[in-house]
Amino acid sequence: MEYFAKDYQVIVIGAGHAGIEAGLAAARLGCETCVFTINLDWVGNMACNPSIGGTSKGHLVREIDALGGEMGKAADANTLQSRILNLGKGPAVHSLRAQIDRRLYSDYMKHALETQDGLDLRQAEIVDIRKLESGKWQLKTHLEAVYTADCVILATGTFLSGKVYVGDVSYESGPDGMFPAKKLGEALKNIGIPTRRFKTGTPSRVNKKTVNCEELEIQNGDERIVPFSFDNELEIKNKLPCYVTYTNLETKDVILKNLHRSPLYSGKIDGKGPRYCPSIEDKIVRFAEKDRHQIFIEPCGEHTEEMYLQGLSSSLPEDVQLKFIRTIPGLENAELMRTAYAIEYDCVDPLALKSSLEFLDYDGLFGAGQFNGSSGYEEAAAQGLVAGINAARKIKGQPPLILERSGSYIGTLIDDLVTKGCSDPYRMMTSRSEYRLLLRQDNADRRLTPIGHEIGLISDERYGKFLKKLDLIAAEKERTKKTVFSPTDELNNILVSRETSRVTTGVRLCDLLKRPQIGYECLTELDKDRPDLPFEIFEQVEIDIKYEGYIKRQQAQVDEMHRLEVQTLSDDIDYNSILGLRLEAREKLSKIRPHSIGQASRISGVSPSDISVLLIYLEKERRNDK
Amino acid sequence: MTDLSAIAAISTPLGTGGVGIIRISGKNSTEIADRIFVAASSKKLTESKGYRAHFGRIFDGETPVDEVVCLVFRAPHSYTGEDVVEINCHGGIFLMKKILRLVLQNGAQPAAPGEFTKRAFLNGKLNLSEAESVMTLISAQGEQGANAAFNQLEGKLSKKIESINSALLDLAAHIAAWVDYPDDEIEELGENELRNTIVNADLEICKLLSTFDSGMAVTSGVEAAIVGKPNVGKSTLMNLLTGFDRSIVTEIEGTTRDVVEETVNLNGCILRISDTAGIRETGDLVEKIGVEKSRKKLERAAIVFAVFDQSKPLSDEDFELIKDCRGKNVIPIINKSDLDIQLDVGIIKEKLGEPLYISAKSGDGYDELCDRIADLMRIKNFDTTSAMLVNERQRQCCEKADLALKDAQNALELGLTPDAIGVCVDDAIAALLELTGQRASEAVVDEVFRQFCVGK
Repeated sequence: MEYFAKDYQVIVIGAGHAGIEAGLAAARLGCETCVFTINLDWVGNMACNPSIGGTSKGHLVREIDALGGEMGKAADANTLQSRILNLGKGPAVHSLRAQIDRRLYSDYMKHALETQDGLDLRQAEIVDIRKLESGKWQLKTHLEAVYTADCVILATGTFLSGKVYVGDVSYESGPDGMFPAKKLGEALKNIGIPTRRFKTGTPSRVNKKTVNCEELEIQNGDERIVPFSFDNELEIKNKLPCYVTYTNLETKDVILKNLHRSPLYSGKIDGKGPRYCPSIEDKIVRFAEKDRHQIFIEPCGEHTEEMYLQGLSSSLPEDVQLKFIRTIPGLENAELMRTAYAIEYDCVDPLALKSSLEFLDYDGLFGAGQFNGSSGYEEAAAQGLVAGINAARKIKGQPPLILERSGSYIGTLIDDLVTKGCSDPYRMMTSRSEYRLLLRQDNADRRLTPIGHEIGLISDERYGKFLKKLDLIAAEKERTKKTVFSPTDELNNILVSRETSRVTTGVRLCDLLKRPQIGYECLTELDKDRPDLPFEIFEQVEIDIKYEGYIKRQQAQVDEMHRLEVQTLSDDIDYNSILGLRLEAREKLSKIRPHSIGQASRISGVSPSDISVLLIYLEKERRNDK
Repeated sequence: MTDLSAIAAISTPLGTGGVGIIRISGKNSTEIADRIFVAASSKKLTESKGYRAHFGRIFDGETPVDEVVCLVFRAPHSYTGEDVVEINCHGGIFLMKKILRLVLQNGAQPAAPGEFTKRAFLNGKLNLSEAESVMTLISAQGEQGANAAFNQLEGKLSKKIESINSALLDLAAHIAAWVDYPDDEIEELGENELRNTIVNADLEICKLLSTFDSGMAVTSGVEAAIVGKPNVGKSTLMNLLTGFDRSIVTEIEGTTRDVVEETVNLNGCILRISDTAGIRETGDLVEKIGVEKSRKKLERAAIVFAVFDQSKPLSDEDFELIKDCRGKNVIPIINKSDLDIQLDVGIIKEKLGEPLYISAKSGDGYDELCDRIADLMRIKNFDTTSAMLVNERQRQCCEKADLALKDAQNALELGLTPDAIGVCVDDAIAALLELTGQRASEAVVDEVFRQFCVGK
């Protein structure tokens, strides 16, 4: 029988990567919070690749950490192997990626939630959601417990009306064999929230003892490990390697011959899949000229032999999967432990959300993660953090935290979602940021920790350490301006060996560091008065000096754009009554209801002339108010 | 829809054309036209459904003024999105001005420059790029200028920019894929390919930039100044170029005390010519101010006609003038070629280049002068059907793109990492997109506010 269980300030539905950050942020900001999950044994499950980070995703994790989120710390505590990708392509695109022990990661996150003050963690399926006349939200579990809350955050991942496809077999299911959330999707439709179907997929896992690792190229971690968390004090070690192999013509042949058995190619799945993470059959069909595709074999944990086959995502039948996997060198005798599958799920069109991640039309209801149309753990966690922060701020009567594009990838991600929407699962990329020379993973703390401190997720102690770091950077920068090297043979030998021009007069350290070929590391012998500072201080100084001109160029653009970002548009503007807006712009603006002129200018279908009209309108309003 | 009272203006260039158009736009435009127009069918324009031509006569009270055709357009299907009447009369400045005055006397307000376009813009009839094109079209006074503006309306410039941009977009996409998918075996762009694409795009942009002056010369016109010491025949030259007695010509030195300006179309090149007061030391206060203005005109002019008198030797004032002309686009003109030679032509040749002999009085040397001007403004072989930049905003966008690509080349030379090169390429793309109005920035908006009188 239905019974009233408890009233909370914030309820989070889902304990995946989004739900965890949302719950922790809300509770840490002082809200009575409850996080519901369908299966307590897989809190923060990595249902796909056993790694965190990667290009631009590493940036997101560093930003989450700089704002006071948990993901970076959890990853550091459970790293199997760590690498910085894109070395040599420039600091803006250096991206940290770590292989993670997924079982231990899940335990870590579950424990973080369990030990958090003001937070309850409950296993239950939410089957109904409705708005009460009091303004509160009411939720009901499958066991008929009724909960109420001021704010609800939907972080349902791939569980919402989830359906799994393997070849011609399909069944209702969440990821990794968990129950799907069957009734919540219906309940959301009942209150008028339009959902749509997206799909994603994951490759199979094989047992390491059946993989011929000796035959394969080994990929080890970096010698010097950079942690995700700026606050990290753990010693991180590389524990397990990854392996590299390739598909071949035989693989291609097997797949092409069995294409008709794929539910995607036979049209059984209507959900939109991510362009950026195609299945192996997609890759083979779309890039027919390629004879081979690279496959990474990645460990899932220290206490398991399960290996993840990155690059072999598929929805072909199990027998075909086994057949094509065994055409690949090193996998000739591989035994499947889990079969690759595609999963289709309900999500929302993010254009229905504000930049705070609250629904435009549903007061106190927020969305985060895959529910908002994104893909990836890091993208989910980033949104979870912002949704959690903003639910708490709403309850406290504070204005929402809206991160600008120019200040973070998180801001860029959310702005893209709520402004442009997405027609397939949205993945972060460095090229999505027009300000990427500024938004580096190495300076995430300089960009965001002051904000994290101000909103209350960064402790005074950590903030104090951060300020000290800033002082050290400033002092070292000063030193490089005052340190002058004579044009000795020793110096010129270094310069010549680095293929850069000799000097004939004394030269300042800062001018040497400007040269792309020269770094701190090659001047160690000469730089006798160099203070003993952590690596990251030198790194910041060197990047600041080397890229100064280009950073300034971007900063100028940021300043220009910022003037548009601070011209706010209220939610209740009637765009149909504004003279001069073109029809398409009226429709788009009425739907998206941007929070600023800056956001409006990024809506496709809103032209510069529409923006001028909006500016004219704002100007008129301002004068009318006077 | 705006609901503004009628405005009117002559919407064809002032000059001697076959047909002139007076346009009235606003909610009461047909009523106003009916007050001065009597249709042959005696039907009222107010009752016209629109998209109709009505033949009839314009009356000033009882007096018929001209036979005209009135076109009626109904909101929102008109250029401005409002009710519009276009009175097509016989060309001629006098006639057009007379009819306009009648329209204004009967209730319309004079339209400010660009106001029709502003209304069209505010009624959602034009996008920014079109609005700008039309702005140019309005002010394009010569035939060639009109062509250039039309081609732009048809998207010549857009197409050119698109083709430059697509090469850059390809490049940017390649860099992005290579950077964002390090596991995907994406081929690294060769330094040569990278450099070539960037350099080629930049060359194309520089070519466009170089069309700007010529573009201005055939659309908006460039400043030209006639300078020289008193009584060498500057005003006679002015009158020769303008084709009528614009300046008062006397034998008395210092007759022209103020700057006299006129716009002329010399074989397709539009010049805004200023006839200046003769430059000399003078005690006359009024003339002194005139001389000061002359010097300023000389400084600002894109093209200078330095006039000398063949019948007199070079004076101190002439030498002073030669000095002032240094570094300018000068055509030295030796006037009064019908009189005896007293002048040391060698000095002029040495300091200012090959002089041109004319007799402003008889008109000898006029054709040669037009040729020299066309040469100087590089419009002789200027293809008005090709893409060109015709306004300051477009020039600024191209300059921004040029600068970004130069930065990219610089980064390549220095050996900086691809991320720095990538953002420069992105910036160039953004600047080019802005040119065709595909991206809003405050600069565009500023331009809108500068060109249109908006707000209260």
